[in-house]
Amino acid sequence: MPARIPSHVLVATSAAVLALTLTACGSSGRTAGGSSGDGALAWALTQGSEATFRASATEWNKEHPDSKINYQFFQNDPYKQKLRTAVGAGNGPVLFENWGGGGLKTYVDAGKVADLTADLNADPEWKNRIFPSVLESTTFDGRTYGVPVNGVQPVVLYFNKQLFEEVGAEPPKTWDQLLALVKKFKAKGIAPISMGGASKWPDLMWLEYLVDRVGGPEAFAKIAAGGKGAWSDPAVLKAAEMIKQLVDAGGFAKGFTSVSADTGQAEAQLYTGKAAMILQGSWAYGTMATGSPKFVSAGNLGWSGFPAVSGGKGDASNIVGNTANFFSLSAQASAKDKKTAVAYLRDGVYNDTYIDSLLKNGDVPPVKDLEAKLKATDNADWTTYVYGLARDAKSFQLSWDQALTPELGNELLTHLDQLFLGEISPQQFCAQMDEAAQE
Amino acid sequence: MALPALVLFALFALVPMAIVIYLSFTRWDGLGSPAWAGADNWREALTSDVTRHALWLTVKLMVFSWIVQTPISLLLGVFVAGKQRYRALFAVFYFVPLLISTAAIAVIFKNLLDPNFGLGAALKLPVLGQDWLGDPQLAFYAVVFVIAWQFVPFHTLLYQAGARQIPASLYEAASIDGAGRLAQFWHITLPQLRYTIVTSSTLMVVGSLTYFDLVFVLTGGGPGYATRILPLDMYITGFQSNEMGLASAISVVLVVAGLVVSLALVRFSGFSRMRSQQAGM
Repeated sequence: MPARIPSHVLVATSAAVLALTLTACGSSGRTAGGSSGDGALAWALTQGSEATFRASATEWNKEHPDSKINYQFFQNDPYKQKLRTAVGAGNGPVLFENWGGGGLKTYVDAGKVADLTADLNADPEWKNRIFPSVLESTTFDGRTYGVPVNGVQPVVLYFNKQLFEEVGAEPPKTWDQLLALVKKFKAKGIAPISMGGASKWPDLMWLEYLVDRVGGPEAFAKIAAGGKGAWSDPAVLKAAEMIKQLVDAGGFAKGFTSVSADTGQAEAQLYTGKAAMILQGSWAYGTMATGSPKFVSAGNLGWSGFPAVSGGKGDASNIVGNTANFFSLSAQASAKDKKTAVAYLRDGVYNDTYIDSLLKNGDVPPVKDLEAKLKATDNADWTTYVYGLARDAKSFQLSWDQALTPELGNELLTHLDQLFLGEISPQQFCAQMDEAAQE
Repeated sequence: MALPALVLFALFALVPMAIVIYLSFTRWDGLGSPAWAGADNWREALTSDVTRHALWLTVKLMVFSWIVQTPISLLLGVFVAGKQRYRALFAVFYFVPLLISTAAIAVIFKNLLDPNFGLGAALKLPVLGQDWLGDPQLAFYAVVFVIAWQFVPFHTLLYQAGARQIPASLYEAASIDGAGRLAQFWHITLPQLRYTIVTSSTLMVVGSLTYFDLVFVLTGGGPGYATRILPLDMYITGFQSNEMGLASAISVVLVVAGLVVSLALVRFSGFSRMRSQQAGM
């Protein structure tokens, strides 16, 4: 060391640095808690509906200067961890965006989320505006802990109309037709189905739909209730076998296990004519409209519901997917902040301008009587279709990785990945999931 | 003089480690308060197939990283330590990977190795169009390759520095005695580089215990469990499955493994007895 610094100077400096860091943490923690003077704090995601949230807060704050809403936006993956840490430490926001299901339930079980049942019941007009099937995602033991704030996201089967015309095919109405199509497309050197299998959750959509079509919504209800042996239910086993059948028949595009769903490459395979079909959430429409505006505007993108399975118990109108994203209210917020937040959720969310803003963004909110508004949108065909799906569905099942606890959801994704890879058999899949569920 | 360092070390290393050890005996989902779980997490961490497989993969990655990177960086390092001007130019290009961040490297290779839109498809070379990251048999070796691509330049730099320290008189004497290039390399360069080999190997082996960012972005541990190494297993258990207790137990296993490996390396390589190479010539 060139110049020796006396040790007491170092001690003093490091102590000062530490003190600064600690106080900095403390103060930022307090503002994040939202108890400061400038209104209730809401945490939301940067993707999707950010513009709508921003606009609604600006409008709300202009009309309610005494009870303001302030948004902070975060990216999807870091958000989940930040939220958990902040809420766990008692520094959470007043309102926070979430996905309902098992993830939200862990917050409810820890006593961190306020019960909104009384507020909803007190205002039937508010409650009845929302599709009941969507509110179910945040309802546990008859008590509701969140209200939807953006569009419904059902999973649909997209197809490339040009490729279908080329081989003279119709969109599949039944599972057998789908298998026949696989052969037809393969013979022409076209990949039948593309999928972002590296992300694992697109695999899940096949299982969800097949279990529903074979065994009806009851099959998953048993799983969600944690019933012993629920994963070995004949419907789940049959669905797993059908997946294996489809993989073995070469249904999925080459290398589907290394295609990431987040990069839009699976959708790109569809609109570049490499693959004929893809099963994806409604957000894939936006991905394709951005990736190839010409393909979509020329009407080359087709969509249909998931095929029926002959002899199955599930209604062909049943859908799976993400019901919507929700806002939940912190149980630790002050009474004033709670009042503000509830008022905002009731009157500031899903009002006329809010819904128009969502529709402009391509989001279809799960709100009743929207048909007229939908007809006026730019992509009326698509929005009307999605709205009809959500409105008429006998059952709208929340994606399983969100409906289950995060722990079991993770195990499910990994085991399912192995099933698609052919590393485990359908029987092993069921047995391993039963074992994981019992832990 | 040592006091501030000790305070910082205690505050940022020892205290968190003590907390992690405590957490490893609890059941905690990150919300609420940790509940005492006794040895449950430890039983699970030490007996579960997933964690054992992750540990095995980590060891395998360590061995493969060493086997692939050491010969390449040793030969390249000795080569660029030479005096010709073109080698300097070559070395500049060669060290470029050192400048790129790990996440960027992972994103680049993820795209290059994509079976539909990647390098194989672009160059119309079916050999390159393998499902590198989606095939459980190939994914691990693809990871080994990308890690080597990232770290070989660094180790080459070490060997280059080491090789430049070797006195020219040794080679002069050897050529007078009639030793060829191969013999010179074998009898002079390699023995003179032994401490560099130890240093570089230690960095490689201990470093391979902590590869996380690259594998996380490149494969996320998949397909299946094919690239789920121990640090990734800890992350997934803790931050995706929200089992903080079990993840803490896994992280303690990781710390112990790291300590054992580095202590063994120091002990058996003679690292602690190192002296000047000139004196012991």
